[in-house]
Amino acid sequence: MKVVVDLNRCQAYAQCIYAAPDHFALHGAEALVYDTAPDEAARAEIERAVQACPVRAITATSDVPVPMPQKAGDR
Amino acid sequence: MTAPTEAPRQIVIVGASLAGLSAAHALRDVGYGGRIILIGDEHESPYDRPPLSKQVLRGLYGADTSLPQRADLDATFRLGVSALELDTLAHRIYLSDGTQIVYDRLLIATGTRARPWPNGAEAASSNVYTLRGHADAEHLARGLAWKPRRVLIIGGGFIGCEIASCCRDLGLDVTLAVRGALPLAHALGSVTAAFMRDVIRDCGVDLRLETEVARFQADADSRVVAAILRTGQRIEADCVVAALGALRNTEWLAGAGLAVSPKGVRVDAHCRVLSTTRAVVPDVFAAGDIAHWPSAIYGGRHLAVEHWGNAVAQAETAARNMAAGEAGLVSYDHLPDFWSQQFGLNIKLVGLPAGADQFAVVQGSLRDRRFIGVYGAQGRTVAAVSVDSARWLPAYRAAVTEGAPFPPIVGALDQADIRPRPLAQAVP
Repeated sequence: MKVVVDLNRCQAYAQCIYAAPDHFALHGAEALVYDTAPDEAARAEIERAVQACPVRAITATSDVPVPMPQKAGDR
Repeated sequence: MTAPTEAPRQIVIVGASLAGLSAAHALRDVGYGGRIILIGDEHESPYDRPPLSKQVLRGLYGADTSLPQRADLDATFRLGVSALELDTLAHRIYLSDGTQIVYDRLLIATGTRARPWPNGAEAASSNVYTLRGHADAEHLARGLAWKPRRVLIIGGGFIGCEIASCCRDLGLDVTLAVRGALPLAHALGSVTAAFMRDVIRDCGVDLRLETEVARFQADADSRVVAAILRTGQRIEADCVVAALGALRNTEWLAGAGLAVSPKGVRVDAHCRVLSTTRAVVPDVFAAGDIAHWPSAIYGGRHLAVEHWGNAVAQAETAARNMAAGEAGLVSYDHLPDFWSQQFGLNIKLVGLPAGADQFAVVQGSLRDRRFIGVYGAQGRTVAAVSVDSARWLPAYRAAVTEGAPFPPIVGALDQADIRPRPLAQAVP
């Protein structure tokens, strides 16, 4: 996966650290460091971290192509 | 020159880093369905730079900082290729692989490079480093893994301080040579810079102020073994990092008739590039570190910043305007903001302290190493800095954007007495 955090937005609520403790950490009280390229196996955790961030600072994409959702009209 | 009338079908982005990729994403977000071609002189896919000097050097997590790309981006990447020349009349770019490419709209996003150590022979030594790109970070990380006896960092800006911090985290002895009286003074002003001086020293860095390195001494293998200061004093070091700031990559635009200076490419409020006669070149745009742009928040003053947030936001506006016709142009404005992580502290700044003559701590305290400080210029609030107090910053961001009377927000909960003090000298 690929992860980037907008650290202008980040306010160190640390919810990502609870959601994915192996992939996000604080250096000191507030400085966030994080796994920029987590293994695909961590996808559920990373997605939880994305959702848990109160200021929506985390963007993550999977390296595995996601099948496009079917359009309503195709069904 | 007339404005382009036809909808673009081929948009070329020169510079495949944060601004370039953000623009490509934004083009798809606004429904642009034509071709997008990104040209980048590095071989890697677009990657994020801030982690390089904060965590990659420390060996935290991996070295892959590739930026997320949406699955339906559908862009063509020409990587490892640089643009050599631009012909705006023919809408043509000449590339380093001998090919040419034409565009309906062009985004210039070639950013900056590290300013090299001025002595070329010394700069070429195998243990003299700079840090800007991914390859630089991996090279320096390997150098640090050899456990040098002393790392000498030249330059007291953010990159120099962040590298010094990483070196201390790695348990390395480090000397930080700063030309001015304080580190980070240009960016943070004298009060916060003096605070950082104490932090840096408390963390075990041999911080040398008002110190200029004249030359290096090398051994028989041309490896640097020491630096000689202007005073003649000698500092033994077997790893040297030149952190002397950045130079804008404008050379390929020479001869294109554009308004180019060391501050970048002059653009109008819509991110459209200006010619040497200050006329709008309607189909050429610029964004990110390379753009020299007029800020409405700062009274139309032209700004040139090297900030992550500006690269993203400006690229998005430029992309919207590239896809839109003349009637759909939107203006760009953005309050400068950035962050740094060093010595275990999270430092964030909003606004521009340039010209500030007063400073006040408005939350927390310097002693607790947790505070918000605000900068005033002629009675107006022009910037705010946060040290480990990021949650308070948005309130002050609003005050900076409005140019509220200085000091803003008095009598707030948990707020100590506010005692504004003059800055030792106005922030340059």
